Amino acid sequence: MAARAVGFGLPVALLAAWVLARGRFPGHFLVNALAHLPMVLPPVVTGWLLLLLFGVRGPVGAWLAATFGIRLVFTTAGASLACAVMVFPLMLRAIRQSLEAIDPRLEQAASSLGAGALDRFFSITLPLAAPGLLVGAITGFVASLGEFGAVITFAASIPGQTQTLPLAIYAAMQVPGGEAVAARLSLISIVLALVGLLASEWVGRRLRARVGL
Amino acid sequence: MSLSVAFRQDFSELTLDIGFEVPTAGTTVLFGRSGCGKTTTLKAVAGLLRPAGCRIEIDGTVLADTASGLFVPPEQRRIGIVFQDSRLFPHMTAEANLRYGLRRAPTGTIRFEDVVDLLGLSGLLARRPHTLSGGERQRVAIGRALLSQPRLLAMDEPLSNLDAERKAEVLPYLASLRNTLDLPILYVTHSLDEVFRLADTLVLIDAGHVVEAGPFSALLARADLPIAQHDDAAAVLLARVVRHDPARQLTTLEAGGCELLVPLQDAPPGTRVRARIPAREVILAAEAPHGISLHNILQGTVHGVVENPVRHAALVEVSLGDQGLLARITPDAVARLSLAPGRPVLALIKSMAIEVLPG
Repeated sequence: MAARAVGFGLPVALLAAWVLARGRFPGHFLVNALAHLPMVLPPVVTGWLLLLLFGVRGPVGAWLAATFGIRLVFTTAGASLACAVMVFPLMLRAIRQSLEAIDPRLEQAASSLGAGALDRFFSITLPLAAPGLLVGAITGFVASLGEFGAVITFAASIPGQTQTLPLAIYAAMQVPGGEAVAARLSLISIVLALVGLLASEWVGRRLRARVGL
Repeated sequence: MSLSVAFRQDFSELTLDIGFEVPTAGTTVLFGRSGCGKTTTLKAVAGLLRPAGCRIEIDGTVLADTASGLFVPPEQRRIGIVFQDSRLFPHMTAEANLRYGLRRAPTGTIRFEDVVDLLGLSGLLARRPHTLSGGERQRVAIGRALLSQPRLLAMDEPLSNLDAERKAEVLPYLASLRNTLDLPILYVTHSLDEVFRLADTLVLIDAGHVVEAGPFSALLARADLPIAQHDDAAAVLLARVVRHDPARQLTTLEAGGCELLVPLQDAPPGTRVRARIPAREVILAAEAPHGISLHNILQGTVHGVVENPVRHAALVEVSLGDQGLLARITPDAVARLSLAPGRPVLALIKSMAIEVLPG
């Protein structure tokens, strides 16, 4: 579920980061604000907005159901979507930072060597942004594992399907004598978070060292 | 075959109105102070800048023409650029950098192995840019631009970020480039020394305008151009080696019908060389002196005199056959010898004051 959230969310975050880092257009700040909304809104509100949009009777949800027979609410795919939206600002920030660190004059040099816009993006921009992309993916993945509010609102808490770690911990604490389970799950959660943070730090440092930063 | 450039561009502090037409063959140096518009001109030619109104044409191919709405993007212009700061791709090895343009270029005559040889890159291929010295980086950048099989190589002050030692390391490669490859070069610099060594054609730019454009040695010998007011102003005679006299440790050069004696050179007779003669080292005389260490006494004619009241100096332009010299002397000397256009004069030049540069 978390992998799927990152897999679908990352390309969108990359596109948004590129537009925000390089584009100069009217409404720039509005797009920026919208992209960061899930970070500052209460997660329950984000989940509720997702329900409105992607619910069986929501505009997008109804269309998806009618055309592809896809139902998102209360499904694993729905939980992935909720996670992707929630961790989107995290990934966006990491990618945007690394895109902004790239000297645009390198792309000028590439164009003088015969590389067109798409070619430049894949041969220069993307490899140089790779540290940010990886860091974004790792933090996005770990944060997805810890999603609570938006998932429970949009996809409920179905064990084995849409239940994230904190949802399972919360469920365990509601059951008499579930403290041991909650403690174990919390420990897993702490370890995962730590491993994720360390991994992203390590990967970022390794990749930057390769280009001499 | 020519490069013709015309464009206008307004900046807050300067309006550029550049126009010149020069032969494409050889090296064209754009020379002027920092901020006069040389780099902007190079960018306009390469397509990195799209001026408000412009027309750029090279060997009959129009690259940009505002009037007809034509603008060829930089990736289709086939103009290799060597930037001041080299701009190697940090995530690639030197070799991958070199091959970047080669892979995207049409098949051409400039081969990978030849460029590696010419620029001495064989030991650097596996290294990453951040492990290279400034001079090495610049050599890789030159190779990378060459291998993109450009129709024109544009260099934007490629030596200005290097210290004197690194400059001395890269400069010979630039000179050999000029002589080995039959490739038009557009070279931006504010260093007179690079003009002396590299230029075939000179475009003098000042405050956004072209002051003069033409063959470099003719322009360097003119007293009325701002370039002649430099401390290191010098004329460069196009010469060839005539004979060596090892016993006297002298070499005879021939330039425009005059013979010049210089310290012994190791180039074989017939070799083309440039003889740089600084304006401040030239003495003018009405009659030949005797009993003097001097070797070179050249018969010439005064072509013009320009006084510089601020520096209390006068620049005298002396024609020697089809070439010319500059002499910086005092206004008092001009009066004593009554130097005026048309007057015959002797130019006295120490052999040791002549710098012989590769042709």
